[in-house]
Amino acid sequence: MTVSVHYFARLREELGRQGEEVALPGEGLTVGELWRHLHQDAPPERLMAAVNQEQASLETPVRDGDEVAYFPPVTGG
Amino acid sequence: MAVEIYTGDFDPWEVVRQAEQAIPANARGAASVFVGRMRDFNEDEDVTGLFLEHYPGMTERELERIVAEAEARWPLLGCHVAHRVGDVRPGDALVLVATWSAHRIAARDACSDILERLKHEAPFWKRETLADGTDRWVEKNTPGF
Repeated sequence: MTVSVHYFARLREELGRQGEEVALPGEGLTVGELWRHLHQDAPPERLMAAVNQEQASLETPVRDGDEVAYFPPVTGG
Repeated sequence: MAVEIYTGDFDPWEVVRQAEQAIPANARGAASVFVGRMRDFNEDEDVTGLFLEHYPGMTERELERIVAEAEARWPLLGCHVAHRVGDVRPGDALVLVATWSAHRIAARDACSDILERLKHEAPFWKRETLADGTDRWVEKNTPGF
């Protein structure tokens, strides 16, 4: 499956990229498992995520064609 | 209901004045307005500039969801949310939440609820520039008092 990954704010700067298109073998990854696959490490503490622009958790499933975003805690207002 | 993202400076009171035109004049017994502006200090440091990042598309959807949930909870006649993004100077408006209802508690509680949820749920991130020229990402909201 193919997913589009986006990073924001401090995470985007630390990783040195806004995102990536990722081709993965098979189906059935969660948001947390996708992070581990991409970064070979556990998700950072307080990591927030969205799937298809809706709030998600590390347990949210990722499907073919999804837009997955990872970002630090929000600080608007 | 309206949600707006501004990429440049905006006058929140003019936005309120315009938005109020759409609320039935003889029913709008109560309006509650919150305007948040950029300070020139944060956590005991002088701040000279601020950059506000957002997630185009998701940010608007999240704001619309927060407003829709407030409209389901309180009997509102209208609601207007505006938020600034991009490079901001001290004194610029950052956020506006305005609610109208027939009665004061609905207007006031909905305004407060929308603002607090915006601060904790809507995808915006602040990076501030300090007086010595260094930048830092803001890690968390202030307690609010």
